[in-house]
Amino acid sequence: MAVKTAPDAPAPLSTGVVAEPAARRFWAWLNKRMPVDEFITSQVTDYFAPKNFNIWYFFGSIALGVLVLQLLSGIYLTMFYKVGETTSFDSVEFIMREVNYGWLIRYLHSTGASAFFIVVYLHMYRALLYGSYRPPRELLWLIGMLVYLALMAEAFMGYVLPWGNMSFWGAQVIVNLFGTIPGIGPGLVEWIRGDYGIADATLNRFFALHVALIPLALLLLVVLHLAALHETGSNNPDGIEIKDKAGRDGKPLDGIPFHPYYTVKDVFGFGVFAVLFAIVLFFVPTLGGLFLEAPNFEPANPLSTPEHIAPVWYFTPYYAILRAVPDQRLGALLMLLAVSAFLFLPWLDRSPVKSIRYKGWMSRTALTLFTVAFIALGYLGLQPAEGLYVVLARIFTVIYFLFFLLMPFYTKLDPVKPVPERVVYHAH
Amino acid sequence: MRTDLPGLLLAVALLAGVLVPGMAGAAEEAAGAGEVARFGADWQSWRVNTDVTDMPSVQRGARNFVSFCLGCHSLKYQRWSRLGTDLSIPTDLLQKDLVPPGDRITDYILTTMPARDGETWFGKSPPDLTLMVRARGRNYVYQFLKTFYVDPTRQTGANNLRLPTTAMPHVLSELEGLKKAVYRDVMRRGEGGSFTHEQVFDHFETLAPGRLSATEYDGFVHDTVNFLDYVSEPTQAARRALGVWVVLFLLVFTWLAWLVKREYWKDVH
Amino acid sequence: MADHAVVADDEVDLSRRKFLTTATIATGAVGVAFAAVPFIASWSPSERARAQGAPVELDLSKIDAGQMTTTVWRRSPIYVVRRTPDMVARISGHDAELKDPTSQYSDQPPYARNTLRSRTAEFLVLVGTCTHLGCLPKQRFAQAELYPSWPGGFFCPCHGSRFDLAGRVFNGSPASINLRVPPYSYPDPRTLRIGVDEKGAA
Repeated sequence: MAVKTAPDAPAPLSTGVVAEPAARRFWAWLNKRMPVDEFITSQVTDYFAPKNFNIWYFFGSIALGVLVLQLLSGIYLTMFYKVGETTSFDSVEFIMREVNYGWLIRYLHSTGASAFFIVVYLHMYRALLYGSYRPPRELLWLIGMLVYLALMAEAFMGYVLPWGNMSFWGAQVIVNLFGTIPGIGPGLVEWIRGDYGIADATLNRFFALHVALIPLALLLLVVLHLAALHETGSNNPDGIEIKDKAGRDGKPLDGIPFHPYYTVKDVFGFGVFAVLFAIVLFFVPTLGGLFLEAPNFEPANPLSTPEHIAPVWYFTPYYAILRAVPDQRLGALLMLLAVSAFLFLPWLDRSPVKSIRYKGWMSRTALTLFTVAFIALGYLGLQPAEGLYVVLARIFTVIYFLFFLLMPFYTKLDPVKPVPERVVYHAH
Repeated sequence: MRTDLPGLLLAVALLAGVLVPGMAGAAEEAAGAGEVARFGADWQSWRVNTDVTDMPSVQRGARNFVSFCLGCHSLKYQRWSRLGTDLSIPTDLLQKDLVPPGDRITDYILTTMPARDGETWFGKSPPDLTLMVRARGRNYVYQFLKTFYVDPTRQTGANNLRLPTTAMPHVLSELEGLKKAVYRDVMRRGEGGSFTHEQVFDHFETLAPGRLSATEYDGFVHDTVNFLDYVSEPTQAARRALGVWVVLFLLVFTWLAWLVKREYWKDVH
Repeated sequence: MADHAVVADDEVDLSRRKFLTTATIATGAVGVAFAAVPFIASWSPSERARAQGAPVELDLSKIDAGQMTTTVWRRSPIYVVRRTPDMVARISGHDAELKDPTSQYSDQPPYARNTLRSRTAEFLVLVGTCTHLGCLPKQRFAQAELYPSWPGGFFCPCHGSRFDLAGRVFNGSPASINLRVPPYSYPDPRTLRIGVDEKGAA
């Protein structure tokens, strides 16, 4: 970076900061005891990322931002929320009506939950597009999948906490799934619930897990995720390893320092996201029942099932697969396989190239079909399981699994395009 | 992204997923409009527009609720004082005209009917209505209040199209008047090719007028639903108002961030 | 082809960069400040707390002469004492033994900044919280109840602070100011309303 300094000014510290003598002394004192400067240098200012990132590369940092948002709004909600089957629902209304700006904090958290999944799905999709799960990033991908699973558990438990009617019945349906496990099933379900049906015991333990345990696990996994990323460096839309082409100083020729280029770009990206987020939060927080489901504005009633029990939209693709199978046990198993299929991607993809840009028509068709299937299944999961919806769900379930099952074959057979030597970049 | 076809298709699919259901809904409504000649035939497409910033309407709705609904239904998450503040009703007027004698102005709006009595008299305790509009939708409440009809087979002498076999009597009959349901015979093809007859609701027939004309009653219901919409989320007006400023601010910030990004990225070749 | 992605141009307009970056950071800081408002405001008393802290009314005819009744307003005990003429007389004559006889440093509304520390001689309204560390002082209204020259008043059992029949603190007490007086008014002669006075609701 071209930072001009006067000839007799004190030499800048390695992070490029020219500081007052007192501050410099403190910085030196600190760095003798903790490698702060070394960390900032190696991870941010002298850490190189490919220069050809496109729009798909915003979602990782945005996801981190949403995580911070959820932690902040969540902690504040626990200051006013009162867990308990007789108090939970009322305390949420208390927050919405009587806590100063309580409504804002609540909507931050509910909008944030859905936003988290939109961002994470787009983030994962980028990996599918550009082969970011390929060696040497298999571990990065696996850790990411663990983040996704932890997120699903967190969202499921969080949804139970308002103790609305959908909270109750959603919990009932999902916890009952564990009953399909042969042998230990029924005992396991009672153990999870802590009672003979979804009850106060269930609510209370979900609260503890949602507020304390899983956030800690998420934080740890995100740290590991970033550590794994920094070890290998990012992939890029061309699927070329930029470290293979290094300059005389050892830095990748097609790389740029993360700071200031991607710090600056990510701030802009977060701004765009924030605009969309704010529009939803302030003008359509329920998003027509997708982000906050209408039946949840009625208190939990074990004697009255809502007309359509649908999980929140981010679970519906898997819910559709579950219902597509007429057998309960098999449906649950297939749903489990559908989620875990992603774990095997690094070993299923046998293509000589990483990125969809250079893969052949077979891979493109497969990914397109999978994308359509995933979205279609998501839509179908929101509908009642009858008639044409069931037929379509079955068709798309088959397509969903074929994407994974056939991958070792079509990625091998696919005629690929020649991969360029250097990344494709157009100044912007 | 010319080579990222799957990504493009993703965007198109998302867009289609939003537009297609919207268009299908519009088509349904258009089909219903041609049958207005028979009063009530199109009841399922009756819609109400609420505007919680229409202060006079919401105030009238509050008065309607206290006069006709509070005897059985509570608004247990809403305080009288909050009603006063949000609807610009001075405290002395509130205390005199709306708050039941003996209740304090900071109390929650509770019905005088004990819950147990409700169960005894109606078989079901009249539900709290604070969140009814959020839980079932404003059109549901609107249709419910407008599709009561005389039914001698029922204990209350009334039934309802929106909520069949409702335990609620036709409380507003003095305002709306009385109407009965007229059915028509419909043949349906059952399983195995046999035909079954079914009585299907066709239209309403007015039996006796109420104190209000049809337009006046519609206005009454509209005000009441408007009030219930406000009660289900009292902060909604403030939410939208604040939202305008927040979005504007974020647009300015994002524009500045874009300029910074573009400036630094001149370095990159 | 072997050149790096980032080229340090001499044409880099540093001042423009600095200006834009500063403007953006400043705007961002303003945004963060505004964003902090809901979180900070959420800690202020909620509508429920404010409703529970609404004024409290007392029927004064229920209190016998020489008796004290305790009620609660805004989570604090409120002492209402119906002083007899004898008790009123025992308020004067010991100003030299008091830390703040004229209530110059103590906390009370203007109408209670007098010897009697009340609007009327008959009724004393105090916040029943010792101004030392917050215990509830006990009533010791009788003459010589604590020691021969005791004129009557309050005694705090926690650390021994003493107050007279106007709630004024005696020398030698750990407490440094007189017992506090809440805002109050008489909407009619028989009713005491705690929490509302000329300034409106507290």
